[in-house]
Amino acid sequence: MTDTGGRVASREAPRVSRPAETEPGVSVRSQGLAARPAKGRRGRRTAAAWGWGLAGILLVALVWETYKLLAPADGVLIGDTRVLPRTTDLAMPHIWDMFSRLAEPVTRSPSAQPLWMVVGLAALTTLGIAAAGWLVGVVVGIGLALVMQRWRIAEWGLLPWIVLSQTVPLIAFAPIVKSWGSRVEIGSFEWQDWMSVALIASYLAFFPIAIGALRGLESPDRIHEELMQSYAAGYWKTLVKLRFPAAVPYLLPALRLGAANAVIGAVVAEVSTGLQGGIGRILIQFAGQASGDPAKAWAPIFGAILLGLVAAGSVALLGVILKNYRRSEESA
Amino acid sequence: MSDATTGSRAPRPAETAQDAGSRAPRPAESAVEVRGVDKVFETRTGQVQALDGIDLTVAAGEFVSLIGPSGCGKSTLMRLIADLDDPTAGTLTVFGKSSRQARLDQEYGIAFQQAGLLPWRTVAANVALPLELHGVASADRRSRVAQLLEMVGLGDFADRYPDQLSGGMQQRVAIARALAEQPRLLLMDEPFGALDEMTREKMQTELVRISAETGAAVVFVTHSIPEAVFLSDRVVVMSPRPGRIQQIVPMRLGADAARAARTEELREERTFFDMVTAVREALHGGSPVASGARGVETR
Repeated sequence: MTDTGGRVASREAPRVSRPAETEPGVSVRSQGLAARPAKGRRGRRTAAAWGWGLAGILLVALVWETYKLLAPADGVLIGDTRVLPRTTDLAMPHIWDMFSRLAEPVTRSPSAQPLWMVVGLAALTTLGIAAAGWLVGVVVGIGLALVMQRWRIAEWGLLPWIVLSQTVPLIAFAPIVKSWGSRVEIGSFEWQDWMSVALIASYLAFFPIAIGALRGLESPDRIHEELMQSYAAGYWKTLVKLRFPAAVPYLLPALRLGAANAVIGAVVAEVSTGLQGGIGRILIQFAGQASGDPAKAWAPIFGAILLGLVAAGSVALLGVILKNYRRSEESA
Repeated sequence: MSDATTGSRAPRPAETAQDAGSRAPRPAESAVEVRGVDKVFETRTGQVQALDGIDLTVAAGEFVSLIGPSGCGKSTLMRLIADLDDPTAGTLTVFGKSSRQARLDQEYGIAFQQAGLLPWRTVAANVALPLELHGVASADRRSRVAQLLEMVGLGDFADRYPDQLSGGMQQRVAIARALAEQPRLLLMDEPFGALDEMTREKMQTELVRISAETGAAVVFVTHSIPEAVFLSDRVVVMSPRPGRIQQIVPMRLGADAARAARTEELREERTFFDMVTAVREALHGGSPVASGARGVETR
């Protein structure tokens, strides 16, 4: 280094970052305009993703119908054990029957609503309960994570219990929560049955959120923490300016997991507490009618799937809004 | 601000910070005073004496480099000045205050080997972070940030994100951020250590210009001899286990009045090589070293 002669200082060119964020080949001096990806390429990628998703669904349908066509009516038996199901219309209705059944009325009564509407309304009810449970889960989960991040001793004390809490079978304590809830009455506030269901949903939702948030809050580099220290920034300022933004990439998948868990929790809790109006209830009810109307039992299953997709999709939307928080410091 | 009694000075308000770029250094006051500082780390295998009896004074506006092999405690010493660690014994004062008070009063700006930018903030927002934390009004913040980015030559990149910048550009943002509060002391821990050779020399030249423009004292940790020689008014040579100051080598490259005159040409001057040799000899424990070995990797 000491004996090299007159050199020309090189103008450093910015390395282009991850292709997902910016496209290569964008001019260095684009006057501060952040490089935007070409619309066409991203559009094509999105289309491809949807295409593959659709292809997957079609494949399942194809397998279903092929099996129904080719396999014996009594299913496949090894000895006396049936390893593949019967293919009768009762056991495996045609997929088109399932869908056409959706358009028909629920019952033969002249005032009956179409099946899809009943399922849709039930799904919405459950979605509302799950959302309430998810929100409680978010508050409790992030609250626990904050406490655990702040005090290491709290992490040691709480974390094992949080993990243990998830090993308790939901079915076991759902009726207990319901019976406790029915005794709660504070002033004009009266515990509703749906609140028990939401509480159980939150019980499943808070776990991934607490774990994800804890990891996220502990994720800032030492250098960033020391930088905040050098700015004489206290706990709260560090939390707002550093820890929460740094936690976003960890929090988003946790929130999505929490949303899926909240839906499962709500459906299972509806079944085990016998709450009317939600999708869990009609799931059981229509399954009971399957011997007479096999296609009908599938409607709430589709409803439940749709419910999960909507819940996870809403959180994904949150990720789009917060996309700048998912950047990494590394260049290229 | 020309008054030299600064025992209990409050942090400068943003308004006066605006024009402080032209502020002349005050030679009467020392920026950093280190007296008899020891630092002992407790490790599982026992105690490690990182620093032993360090005495050092950095005058206001002076550029001092700390150089030495790995483990000589140069970074530790800088961290003590920054109050990111506490000394085991001895006292540290920064502009006459305890190092803790100096940190609380934002008397220094700091830059590390990694730029340490917040990836979710734009370049401008990263530079604005310290101002934001200390409640500078948003209009003042914007003009100050624009001025700083202009100074480090990144005026066009205000809206970029760190992952869209090269390592050298990131480091310049970090320097702009360190200068945001117009500190009279800049602490730098191998800020160019991760950069390639060409970028590194360019950054050194810029740092010379910036430090001359702001008149801030600089404590600069490095393990590159030419870097230390090129930048510094004095080079503090340290030796490891325990970390001690071996020798303080004054540079005679046209002391601080002519700091701005330090240009690329200096790197080829005779005095530059003499100073490099002097620092190398100090590093090697005072024994003369063969001058033919200049080409060796000295980073």
